[in-house]
Amino acid sequence: MLFGILVGCFYAAVSVGLSVAFGLLDVPHVAHPALMVLGSYCTYLLGRYGWDPIVAGIALTPLFFLLGVAIYRFYYETFEKRGSDAGVRGLAFFFGLAFIIEVGLILVFGVDQRMVEADYIGKSLSLGGYRIPWRLLVAFGVALLLTAALTLYLSRTFTGRAIKAVAQDEPALRLMGANPVRIKQWAFGIATAVTALAGAMLIVVGPVEPSLDRVYIGRTFCVVVLAGLGSMTGTLLAGLILGVSESIVLTLFGASWAPAVAFGLLLVVLGIRPQGLFGR
Amino acid sequence: MRLASFVLGLAFSAAALAQPAPVKIGMSMPQTGSLGAGGKAALLALQMWVDDVNAKGGLLGRRIEFIVYDDQTNPALTPGIYTKLLDVDKVDLIIAPYGTVPTAPIMPLVKQRGLLLMGNFSFQVNHTVKHDMWFNNSPWTDASSWSDGFIHIGQKAGAKTIAFLAADQEFAQNLANGARTLAKKAGLQTVYDQNYPPATVDFSAMIRAIRAARPDIVFVMSYPNDSVAIVRAINEIGVGDSVKLFGGGMVGLQFTPNMVSLGSSLNGIVNYNSYVPGVKYPGIEDFLQRYAKRALEAKVDPLGFYLPPFNYAIGQMLEQAINATKSLDHRKLADYLHKHEMQTIVGPIRFGPDGEWANPRVIHAQFRGVVDKDMEQFRHPGRQVILWPEQYKIGEAIVPFEKARGK
Repeated sequence: MLFGILVGCFYAAVSVGLSVAFGLLDVPHVAHPALMVLGSYCTYLLGRYGWDPIVAGIALTPLFFLLGVAIYRFYYETFEKRGSDAGVRGLAFFFGLAFIIEVGLILVFGVDQRMVEADYIGKSLSLGGYRIPWRLLVAFGVALLLTAALTLYLSRTFTGRAIKAVAQDEPALRLMGANPVRIKQWAFGIATAVTALAGAMLIVVGPVEPSLDRVYIGRTFCVVVLAGLGSMTGTLLAGLILGVSESIVLTLFGASWAPAVAFGLLLVVLGIRPQGLFGR
Repeated sequence: MRLASFVLGLAFSAAALAQPAPVKIGMSMPQTGSLGAGGKAALLALQMWVDDVNAKGGLLGRRIEFIVYDDQTNPALTPGIYTKLLDVDKVDLIIAPYGTVPTAPIMPLVKQRGLLLMGNFSFQVNHTVKHDMWFNNSPWTDASSWSDGFIHIGQKAGAKTIAFLAADQEFAQNLANGARTLAKKAGLQTVYDQNYPPATVDFSAMIRAIRAARPDIVFVMSYPNDSVAIVRAINEIGVGDSVKLFGGGMVGLQFTPNMVSLGSSLNGIVNYNSYVPGVKYPGIEDFLQRYAKRALEAKVDPLGFYLPPFNYAIGQMLEQAINATKSLDHRKLADYLHKHEMQTIVGPIRFGPDGEWANPRVIHAQFRGVVDKDMEQFRHPGRQVILWPEQYKIGEAIVPFEKARGK
């Protein structure tokens, strides 16, 4: 159960950026896990100069923010602006982007697995004979902070509320004098900045290799859809549900059933509540 | 002047036309995905063989053209790739991709078309297909040849119980099923048996469950990404003081970047291998020296003990058979490979009727005295002490596992 909670929080942390990009902005951002893996490799590079992975992840967020702004601008000019089939074409664009990132990483780093070192990796916290890996505890803490920060930002700041507004009623936002494209660009920048930190957590939790993004496409979309599009606290809770259900199934029925039950749960929830657990 | 150019041009064209067509050899290789790291190193070794042969004038006086596609470690892609190699690229010979999972789907195609297939470190893919033109380069044959050593070492250490942890895919399941039968025959009681899905993120919960089951030996059958995560988890959680031996079939712990990254976490693990320093084969040291130089440029496994020599050996076996039969006919080559002992840099190889080695020689070695962040240590004998088979053995297992880890 405890491991389920820890892994669930990690799932939430790697999905929260997608919750902004896909959940709030309706951008079919399938390159989200690839950007996260890129974040892991950047963390690995900084780690070679003695940087702590989490510090490196935080330091990378401004760069990733700018990268996100540039990606959205390109996506908007070439796809979204042009018409009604932007969704399908956009999907192809983001698949292409994911592929370019993956191939780029292979060319630069090769296909070997990469890991980082830190005081909290490879050690565990002993609680009366029960040992909990510090790397999972760190990921758990960062995930909670990240979700709390994003929730506060989206609900307490003007830009945050504008991001929520652009998801709900774009023309109304325009009437209020705000530029929806600039708001979306900003929001996509934030979603991408979050992938830097999520990437740092990814390489803290386990080794990475360039094609690791494929493993996370299903899981991250599952968490975001299960949560209800755009809900940050929902994303955290959906991650927890996924992690805990996987853990319980693993213990009771065997590890092979874990993904089937997790995705089965998603189907059941969508059947009963199509808007997701916490969607409106 | 124009006439002279024309005549010269004709002469060059005639020379080009007189040039015999190349011998086309095709394959798919996992260059990305979970087997990508090993696949790229293996590919470099095959490319070295192609370069060596072309430098000597080629096969039957014809240069080799080597055609390779990346199968992304995706078994769904390999049948299409091999169909393209055969029908579009019109290759003369084919080599199987590295690994059981990408190879299994092409076996029916190869058997149906009656083609010679040089296997590439796969496990029991011909077991049910029974293709008589299949020749595997791996030093194992069936589950017995792979697991026997590990279980034998465990029994010698006084083991009575066993735990299994296996990836839920072709290779690991084949190996696990065989190992379960062997364990039963050896009278070992199974106290934990778990299959896990390939995309498992964290193994802490499973290692805790193993610890709670208190087995004497733990047999793990995992793919590279999982192997690294499992080693990390045992380092953090611990498998308990009951465990005498841990390891067995962990793919990936043979790859240099993983060995260097995991460093001292590897100590105590007893795992299978194909080659470790200390085993003497004619020509292997020269090969490894040449390989090391090219591996640096190619950014692949810098030591290359596990797969590269055996991939170079594939080329050597083809070369030997083609030169002896003076033919590219698949049936003639297969007959030759069945009847003769092949001389390679991984020692002499004689094939059994099923195309696997007649005399398997899977090494089981224990990591000892490994320190962090040092690649060079692995070049010398002693960091992986050979416990099995008898002909290469240089030491006894240190048990229990925690003692071998220096804890």
